[in-house]
Amino acid sequence: MLSLELDRIRKAYGDTLVLDDVSLGMDAREFIAFLGPSGSGKSTLLRIIAGLETADSGEVRLDGQRIDHLHPGDRNVAMVFQHYALYPHMTVRENMAFGLRNARVPKGEIDERIAQAAKVLEIEDQLDKKPGQMSGGQRQRVAIGRAIVKQPRLFLLDEPLSNLDAALRTRTRVELAQLRQRVDAGVIMVTHDQAEAMTLADRIVIMNDRRIQQIGAPMEIYTRPANAFVAGFVGSPAMTLVKAALEPGEGPFARVRLGDGAQVETRVSRAGLPVDGPLRLGLRPESVRPAAAGTGTTEAEVLLVERLGDRTLVYARLANGEEVTAQDEGNSRIRMGDRIGLAVDGKAAHLFDADGTGHHAEAAA
Amino acid sequence: MTRSRGKAGHLSGYAFAGPFLLLYATILVYPLLLGIWLSFQRADLFGARTWVGFDNYARLLTDPTFHQSVLNTFVLALLIVPPLTVIALLLALALNRATRTAAVFRGIFFSSSVLSVTIVTLIWRFILTPDAGLVAEISQVLGREPLPFLSHPDLTIPSLAITTIWWSLGFPIMLFLAGLQQVPPDIYEAAALDRSSRWSTFWRITLPSLRRTLVLVIMLQTAAQLQLFGQAQLLTAGGPSGASRTMVLFIYEVVFGRWDLGYGAAAAEILFLLVLGITLAQYWAITRREAER
Ligand SMILES: Nc1ncnc2c1ncn2[C@@H]1O[C@H](COP(=O)(O)OP(=O)(O)O)[C@@H](O)[C@H]1O
Ligand SMILES: [Mg+2]
Repeated sequence: MLSLELDRIRKAYGDTLVLDDVSLGMDAREFIAFLGPSGSGKSTLLRIIAGLETADSGEVRLDGQRIDHLHPGDRNVAMVFQHYALYPHMTVRENMAFGLRNARVPKGEIDERIAQAAKVLEIEDQLDKKPGQMSGGQRQRVAIGRAIVKQPRLFLLDEPLSNLDAALRTRTRVELAQLRQRVDAGVIMVTHDQAEAMTLADRIVIMNDRRIQQIGAPMEIYTRPANAFVAGFVGSPAMTLVKAALEPGEGPFARVRLGDGAQVETRVSRAGLPVDGPLRLGLRPESVRPAAAGTGTTEAEVLLVERLGDRTLVYARLANGEEVTAQDEGNSRIRMGDRIGLAVDGKAAHLFDADGTGHHAEAAA
Repeated sequence: MTRSRGKAGHLSGYAFAGPFLLLYATILVYPLLLGIWLSFQRADLFGARTWVGFDNYARLLTDPTFHQSVLNTFVLALLIVPPLTVIALLLALALNRATRTAAVFRGIFFSSSVLSVTIVTLIWRFILTPDAGLVAEISQVLGREPLPFLSHPDLTIPSLAITTIWWSLGFPIMLFLAGLQQVPPDIYEAAALDRSSRWSTFWRITLPSLRRTLVLVIMLQTAAQLQLFGQAQLLTAGGPSGASRTMVLFIYEVVFGRWDLGYGAAAAEILFLLVLGITLAQYWAITRREAER
């Protein structure tokens, strides 16, 4: 069942358009991540859903009801702010009770909900402290607790992990994943960290340049990026994109020639591609393997070698100057300055046409 | 600074603090001690000095003019500080937005505090004078007798209070505005999502955030208004018959009118102790409550 629906949301600050006709539908218990570079309008969209900003046009619906004209407090959503936004003069208990009191929830039920949330979040012994007496991680839990006790239809989290140190961030990520199993509500989390989005979300919404670039399950976004931006943004290290031209031919799949003259046989259907016009070939590092010079698809000079233990990343330059990232075994012998061959796995290659649209290998039959 | 720097480090420290300490000693500590010493003397402006012990203080205890001035000073402080604080807070809340109009009004409200006391009293004389003042004109248009604001014993103190509030608004407004700027905007957003009404947002979020500023404003204003002088001298000359004479005006009259330096110094010491005592009491009352929380 569709829970949150965004319908052609448009928002400008002065002359700068920040969101341009953004539409999205979300299932009732779905966990959605808004992922995109800083300034791509993720927070703005979240705040429009919360009612902290008003869209210039478009509709927001929750469970079929329009909510965009409602006061933030009447929308049945709860938000966890990036800097927590706890009330500094209230104790943890008062912080959590404030919204419930305003909503005239009976006293006994308030206490019960707080006790429950405190237990889940393991902050039972912190309830009488003020936020100023707590660590960042503890405040984060209080902020989440304050949202949970409201029992909203939708949780909105704006970069909830960005203020935590690396160890705490990983732990909290696991806890967020467990938490969402417990609550009967949808979750939207804004993040610029793709690992967070990939591990937590059912679907990721990639945002850039005022628009949603792609909506899809994490693996779908990784394996079938809708366009060159998504291809370059998701995945670390980023997908290599090199210039390519379609070779004339009869087969069902496209054969392309790279800038240095090498040819790659892809599994991308020739039918969907523009007849002429420039293309770009997209290669994940794991689909390019170093090989002995003269044996691979093409030749390259090694610029940099990054040893990660379990694997080695090789940054190499083709004869025409374009750079390609390849992946080798952990115990690779390759060194900077070596001349090597590159074996390209054409079956896993992607093609992007002039306007950036992605074309992918046919699903293995 | 590390300890290993030793003596030379200490000396250069004193060298940096030196100019300030010297200034502090000459314009604050020395006059303070001189005042205390003078208050035990019979002294005139020409240098005649005789040690009289606590005589001056004993005289003050039985001087009805002095008693009247102490009472007037306290009544004035009570009439000025609470309304001044509340009005400044309300104005700051109204002016705490980023619009051009708000900026213009911030300037207007602050401009009164830039004026010297002479100009302020002139302005208010124009407003309050019974024969030709603004208020008089208005009452006449309304067909009522103009009130003798500056000469009736029941009206001079309220007139002084109003003049002072008008004059003193700017600085507390600035302090409150600065305090309001310190409140992170996202807690207001959290409050909006928590269905907080305007009323409860003010009482539960804004006011607690302004606590320290509020304390500062009240303490500064109390200390300042207990020393009210210029307006009283220029607007009503302490009259009629002492009804608006403040403690500082009393001291001024004793020293520069009757040339009784020792007596004036003794009154000044009492004022000093009163201001000190009240400020400390306020501070104590507030920090004690803070510790309780
Ligand atoms: N209140 C505002 N006034 C003007 N511009 C704003 C405001 N809030 C955000 N913006 C602009 O809108 C764009 C999107 O901001 P934001 O939604 O915060 O991006 P993100 O959360 O993806 O980093 C940015 O270019 C930002 O400068
Ligand atoms: Mg943001």
